[in-house]
Amino acid sequence: MISLQGVCKSFDGGASHALRNVSLEVPARTFLAVVGDSGSGKTTLLKTINRLVEPDAGEVCIDGAPVRSVASHELRRRIGYVFQGVGLFPHLSIAENIGITPQLAGWPGDAIRARVEELIDLVCLPRAYLARMPAELSGGQRQRVGIARALAARPAIVLMDEPFGALDPITRDGLGGECRRLHASMRLTTVMVTHDILEAVLLADRIVVMRGGRAVADGAPHELLAGHPDPAVSTLMDMPRRQAARVRSLLEERAARE
Amino acid sequence: MSDSLRSALAVLPDYLSQHVLLSAAALALGVALSVPLLIAARHSARLRWPVLAAASLIQTVPSIALLALFYPLLLGLSRLTDRLFGVRFQALGFLPSLLALTLYSILPILRNGVTAVLNLDPAILQAAHGVGMTSRQRLLRVELPLAAPMLMAGVRTSAVWVIGTATLATPVGQTSLGNYIFTGLQLANWVWVLFGCGVAVALALVTDQLLALIEFGLARRRPRLAWLGLCVLIAGVAAAAAVPLTASRRAALVVGAKNFTEQYILAALISSRLRATGHPVTERTGLGSTLAFQALAANELSVYVDYTGTVWHDDLHHSGDPPRAQMLSLLRTQLRRRYGIELLGPLGYENAYVLAMRSRQAAALGIRTIGDLAPFAPRFALGGDLEFFARPVWRDLKRRYGLHFRALRQYEPAFMYHALMSGAVNVIAAFSSDGRIAEDHLVVLKDPLHVIPPYAAVILLSPRAAHDPALRRALAPLIDHIPIALMRQANFMVDRRHDKRTPRQAARWLAHAAHLR
Repeated sequence: MISLQGVCKSFDGGASHALRNVSLEVPARTFLAVVGDSGSGKTTLLKTINRLVEPDAGEVCIDGAPVRSVASHELRRRIGYVFQGVGLFPHLSIAENIGITPQLAGWPGDAIRARVEELIDLVCLPRAYLARMPAELSGGQRQRVGIARALAARPAIVLMDEPFGALDPITRDGLGGECRRLHASMRLTTVMVTHDILEAVLLADRIVVMRGGRAVADGAPHELLAGHPDPAVSTLMDMPRRQAARVRSLLEERAARE
Repeated sequence: MSDSLRSALAVLPDYLSQHVLLSAAALALGVALSVPLLIAARHSARLRWPVLAAASLIQTVPSIALLALFYPLLLGLSRLTDRLFGVRFQALGFLPSLLALTLYSILPILRNGVTAVLNLDPAILQAAHGVGMTSRQRLLRVELPLAAPMLMAGVRTSAVWVIGTATLATPVGQTSLGNYIFTGLQLANWVWVLFGCGVAVALALVTDQLLALIEFGLARRRPRLAWLGLCVLIAGVAAAAAVPLTASRRAALVVGAKNFTEQYILAALISSRLRATGHPVTERTGLGSTLAFQALAANELSVYVDYTGTVWHDDLHHSGDPPRAQMLSLLRTQLRRRYGIELLGPLGYENAYVLAMRSRQAAALGIRTIGDLAPFAPRFALGGDLEFFARPVWRDLKRRYGLHFRALRQYEPAFMYHALMSGAVNVIAAFSSDGRIAEDHLVVLKDPLHVIPPYAAVILLSPRAAHDPALRRALAPLIDHIPIALMRQANFMVDRRHDKRTPRQAARWLAHAAHLR
């Protein structure tokens, strides 16, 4: 379980706040989506979990232990991290990229090789790709490798920062579905940051809405879709509902014509 | 094969191996300094700016000045460590060259490295954190490998610079391929100049290509190619290091020569006499005048030939001249007292500065003495060697005769005569023992006021060599045995435009003609 208690963060010495007193609990095996406009603090929130950002105040704990109590690189080896930039190492092959965290953690070579093969299958890429270099892959294939790399050291937690932001809609939909499948089959706790509310609604068990560094709404997708006292939140949640309604009416029109 | 080429090939192993060792040491030291600087400065703009600015500043200092400046610096340092710890080191030769070239090599490596590291994709750096690398692992597994190709490009630039600039180590007493160029320039031996340039260029190209192979191997992840390039480079350096080892044991005596023909011939003559007595000998030729004197005082040279007037004015800093008869004895006592240098004795001829003109022009204008020249001087240009206009003798000539020339031009001695004959200058400050005075039918202007001091050629011994009876015995036969006519002829053999001889051949001829025992 991940818990944030009164977490604050400012990048300019207190003039403005990326996070203002955020408290949040994410039970194990939850798929949490954090949504909000750019600048709302959602990425900063995510990065406090694997200490890419250190809070000014408050505490982040995993399974009751403060994340500050372990060395940051040790912590990060136990948490998968996927982001929009993907950041595959261009001088390492696909196999070396996927196997990097187990290698850093000192796994034996055989175990790394077996795990890498298992993962390339899991993200539905041919094994022949293992010998290739990142530059030889398409954007969607690269992000699959990015996901495989995040899962390599069998983390219990995966953090995803706009993981599909740069992909075309079809690839995006396919990868989103696979992430959800992997989340379930590997019994993960997943926190995904996205600005796409539809994606959040379709994939997540729970949605947190951020604005101005605060968590302004927190609930299951169907609860938030049903309405929210904050007008900005209800406007936000209106969008997928309107889209769904429009698609449904189009389908009905067509059915009626036939 | 011509004599010039044969003599050039004979010294190639020595010159090339020293050049390779100097360049390799400077480049290795440059890399060893730049990479830690790069690592320290890559994430700190506050450190990066001054480091890069300092490296750029060093690069703007003319390389020959940078090399020359290290000599007095090291000499002072050596005196200091001698006083404090009783440790002296060589301030001439390898050390100043190494330090100057190392400083020179830093900028391209550092600048390329910094550019490479600063241009790394931030997403990749974030990923390195994200997958759980420590900052050390990030440096070694991500930053350096990704910066390596550009860093290697910097090393290649640096290597080519260092190999080229190392030719300038000759005037500070370090043997290099520059010896071909400087000696060739002095002796108007263009075969040597071209040979030196050619070998330096070839060395630079080969090194560059081997480094390119390493770069290619690193970039394409073909470690075998990178290792191959590295091994060939190391083998080359090892072969260069083996050359001095296979030569006889370390030379105990160092014979110096300044940078003009006569000095090369006399150095060859002295070396051959010392070798004949079984002394191991090396030569350091092409030295600046005052540098040679200081090096002798510091025991970095054992012996060389200087001229009484030069020592009196430029090294002992006297103004005014003692009577001719007393000059030698005064010099002998003062040199011994102040520096421990031994004046072994005069060779028997003088090599004074003289003002010389083309005979036809001098005759047409009725110029016989420097006094006659004064009224014409404002229409004339005067040519001198690189040191003449800074010497006290020029200051005195100007004042006593009231000389005001239209222009003063500095030349390498070899070019000065060409300049006079082509009319670029009307008068030159020549050396009285120069064979070209007769060859070109020049008129030497008389000095009725005796402003130009006597410049008797004398053998000077370093404080250490002064106590070597065998060495003194070997050189004693030279005293008062070199008449001016023979010296002039020997000089001319080397300087003339056709049928040129090498200084060594001229020295052999001189020994024979002077009936030296």
